[in-house]
Amino acid sequence: MANWIPLWLHRLSSPPTFYRFAGTLQPWAMTLALLLGAIALYGGLVLAPADYQQGDAYRIIFIHVPSAWMSMFIYAVMGVASFIALVWRIKLAEVVAMESAPIGAAFTFITLVTGSLWGKPMWGTWWTWDARLTSELVLLFLFLGVIGLYRAFEDRRQGARAAAFLAIIGIINVPIVHFSVNWWNTLHQGSTVNVFGQSKMSWDMLWPLLTMTLATKFYYAASLFRRARTDLLALEGGKDWVRQIAQDEDAR
Amino acid sequence: MNAVQSFLAMGGYAAYVWPAYAVFFIVLIADTIAPRLRRQRLLRELRARFARQSARQPRAGNGSSPTPPAAIDGQ
Amino acid sequence: MSRPSLTTACAAMLRRDLTLAWRRRGDIAMPVLYALIVTMLFPFALGPEDTLLQRIAGGVVLVTVLLAMLLALDAMFASDIEDGSLEQLVLAPQPLALMLGMKILAHWLTIALPLIVISPLMAALLHLPAPVIPVLLLALLLATPLLSLLGAVLVALTVGTRRSGMLLALMLLPLCVPAVIFAAGAVAAAQQGLPWLAPISWLGAALVLAVVLAPLACAAALRIALDS
Repeated sequence: MANWIPLWLHRLSSPPTFYRFAGTLQPWAMTLALLLGAIALYGGLVLAPADYQQGDAYRIIFIHVPSAWMSMFIYAVMGVASFIALVWRIKLAEVVAMESAPIGAAFTFITLVTGSLWGKPMWGTWWTWDARLTSELVLLFLFLGVIGLYRAFEDRRQGARAAAFLAIIGIINVPIVHFSVNWWNTLHQGSTVNVFGQSKMSWDMLWPLLTMTLATKFYYAASLFRRARTDLLALEGGKDWVRQIAQDEDAR
Repeated sequence: MNAVQSFLAMGGYAAYVWPAYAVFFIVLIADTIAPRLRRQRLLRELRARFARQSARQPRAGNGSSPTPPAAIDGQ
Repeated sequence: MSRPSLTTACAAMLRRDLTLAWRRRGDIAMPVLYALIVTMLFPFALGPEDTLLQRIAGGVVLVTVLLAMLLALDAMFASDIEDGSLEQLVLAPQPLALMLGMKILAHWLTIALPLIVISPLMAALLHLPAPVIPVLLLALLLATPLLSLLGAVLVALTVGTRRSGMLLALMLLPLCVPAVIFAAGAVAAAQQGLPWLAPISWLGAALVLAVVLAPLACAAALRIALDS
């Protein structure tokens, strides 16, 4: 039926084609990210009213929650790309998986720091051993472990495959960690933390949040494209198309 | 002026809200700049390598042939 | 020469690894000494009050055993890589996962079992009440194979790298959070007189899962790391 889809995907996974494809899409993704981000910031910081319980401190939500969503989304992308890289040995999938890891680590770090800055005025503490927070911390360590394993190999493609395997092990482990910390919390009767309050968010607060979520998605796409292009140049260092690009860039 | 001041004060939570946004932007800007620098460094290295190769093989001419040896692929 | 049966191959593998370990008996003593010394440091760092030491005893013993195992994990495949016997094992007609399972078993017998034997002494140093010690032993008996199996997969991944010690810690420690939580949870529950069967059962379930999956994952990881 749709025979052209696998054909198109196959052609796209060839490094020179993807290099050009990513090169055309990357500025658009970045522009959209900046535009949506600016709108979301205006809506969130200026237009949205203060929360009746949390005052203005809740405004951290507009970066905290999108970052948290992104950290999990990027881990999922990394897991899927890792799986493809291991099963079909597609070079592009390895590049996508390995270049997603630093972006994911960045968003996880942002989530932890902003969450901590939000927790101090709201719960009176920078950190609590809640299941959600602990899972996020474990996620950061997993991202760092993937990056570390990738860098530890002399051969980059072998490193990418080993790190991809680690990413898949991590995907199985994160739910188990979440579950076990939940169990641990009931045993120790720690402070029960309820981030989202009890009521639904009002539309004034919801639309900047959703816009920011879209902005971070586009930012991820732009950053991934930029990183993947650089990585492809490094991986394909000796090939003709890379030589052509290097000479063209020199001419400009 | 007063509106700007009250906006910056964030209802007394300025010490938490603004650092959070600062971290967000600093980390993402670093994430944007790092690959750019890496790309420039890489292209410089590639150009230097191609220049060395064409110096060694003067007949190679405009660089589209011959294919460089596979040994340097992995770098 | 006829192909030896699977059980013969497994027994030969196990005997070889145990013999190799026995010839280097000094290495077996090292993790035990390390664990004892670390345990000894805690009273000095926290003060000798009985109540405090009793409260932390279970957790300290568990974490110390975990760290001692982590130190010994690095050497799991090191000598086999050096003399090339690991590559022979990959090429052997016997299923690689089974052979690696035997290697993991041998490693557990030589590294973890001495630690478990010494753990009542460590617990006693920290004044853990005697009735809790059987629960601690049970938790260790279930948690240490889990760590060995999980660690073996990660060690196999780092086989191709030059220095892997700290990297191994970075990869393994987040993954073994659940094992620590359930093992320490069982000890804590026993100490408070609560039922401790639930966390032990969870550990057992995780161990059954790991026994089945980890050797297969270890074999796949080794193939990735050696393939080049």
